[in-house]
Amino acid sequence: MCGIAGLFIKNPKLEPQLGELLTKMTSTLCSRGPDSAGFAIYSAGQDGKTKLTIAGPSADYDIATAAEKLRAAVAPKAPTAIHYSHAVLTLTANEARHAREWLEANLPDVNVVSEGHRLEIFKEVGYPDDVAALFGIGAMSGSHGITHTRMATESAVSTDGAHPFSTGADQCLVHNGSLSNHASLRRQLQRDGIKIKTQNDSEVAAGYLTKQMRSGQTLEGALKSCLDDLDGFFTFVVGTEKGFGVLRDPIACKPAVMAETDDYVAFASEYKSLAGLPGISGAKVWEPKPATVYFWERS
Amino acid sequence: MPNIDLSKTRVRELNAALHQLKPDTNETLWTITNPGGEHSIAAGVDAEVTINIQGNAGYYCGGMNKHATIVVDGSAGQGVGENMMSGLIHVKGDASQSAGATGRGGRLIVDGNASARCGISMKGIDIVVKGDIGHLSAFMGQNGRLVVFGEAGEALGDSLYEARIYVRGPVASLGADCIEKQMRDEHKAELHELLKLSGEAFKVDVAEFRRYGSARKLYNFNIDNAGAY
Repeated sequence: MCGIAGLFIKNPKLEPQLGELLTKMTSTLCSRGPDSAGFAIYSAGQDGKTKLTIAGPSADYDIATAAEKLRAAVAPKAPTAIHYSHAVLTLTANEARHAREWLEANLPDVNVVSEGHRLEIFKEVGYPDDVAALFGIGAMSGSHGITHTRMATESAVSTDGAHPFSTGADQCLVHNGSLSNHASLRRQLQRDGIKIKTQNDSEVAAGYLTKQMRSGQTLEGALKSCLDDLDGFFTFVVGTEKGFGVLRDPIACKPAVMAETDDYVAFASEYKSLAGLPGISGAKVWEPKPATVYFWERS
Repeated sequence: MPNIDLSKTRVRELNAALHQLKPDTNETLWTITNPGGEHSIAAGVDAEVTINIQGNAGYYCGGMNKHATIVVDGSAGQGVGENMMSGLIHVKGDASQSAGATGRGGRLIVDGNASARCGISMKGIDIVVKGDIGHLSAFMGQNGRLVVFGEAGEALGDSLYEARIYVRGPVASLGADCIEKQMRDEHKAELHELLKLSGEAFKVDVAEFRRYGSARKLYNFNIDNAGAY
């Protein structure tokens, strides 16, 4: 099953409420995905800095100590924030590159969940309402965000099997559906130098988008090529530093509903996630068409 | 005249109360407020009552309906009127995928658009959509009528049996074994009846519609295709 919610704010006055609205939207999708949840939040960034979000293999892992070791090794003055099982380090691009190398050599259990000027990803095993509360998502502000509640079908229930998946700097993907050709595509992507850590089909989709964009495609173009190269069911919602996109497979197997007002664009697996948004009674509400790329971007 | 506020009462309690109704009940007008997209609102009703839902409904609203008149003053999620037997469901907004799926009787009226797979496997229901319908609508439709004022998406009437389809706007493509058929006087009369029941008689010209139905070539195994298996 799985559930997806996304909110792209057009009126900056709503930005302080992003986390609160996303938490409420996600709460209505708990029954669609009770085993894990994840949140991609695009909050304010610092000039010339990138945010590196890291997590251990499970919520028990002592991420604070790991983050402290990493900081001491690569950037002793870097601001670090701990959110439940994740740590966010604010680094220069150079420090971020060193941090990745240092982690691989010294703490291979620690994953880089996301990297970007504005993006932070928080994801964990557990009931979505609990996961949101543990990370303190409700208090976060930002311009847009994407959330996912997971009912695992293709791989283990684990922190790194939860969505969203990072597809590159400031880019992320969530997926509702299942891909049939993920095993062959994974092998092909690995040969092309794309790192894929889990047996998860959605991580393959994220890796596929990364590869398409590395070879010069725009996000919109990369999404379109999914229609040729991915076999299976998918509703994808992707985030970029400034934008937010939606794509459904040609059969439109998985549900999707969208709403737009002057203040926001919202996506959800079910209408009931949208029902609590401000001004929803006057919103334009519609279902995205199959095999059609939708994209919103801030100027 | 019960008034049920779904922000205070659970759908399960509402449906349990509706399922208790006897054929001679005096509680014939129900108002549901704050539906908030909840699933299965007024599913499985078997009584001649009117249920007004003031807002948007989630999945399977009015599913399996028998005798009741259900009005959704908003939009309805996936599978509205799924497998309905009789009665009327009127959606004033849009309907999501699989509206009226497998319906055996009664009428479903959608004032807005319906999404993909509208009337999939319909078995006797009449569906009138005043906007557009999505892809794969009336797939394997066995009986009943589907009337569309707007456009139809791809693969309309794929693997159709005897459901009859009338579309006023363009059709993106016809599914396997679905063909356009001549609109004779008897079909115009049938369509006029359906429009009358939907409150649209004389407002919409029956001559603007085109008729689609089964070519009946998939009914029996064709020996010439044996090589394909």
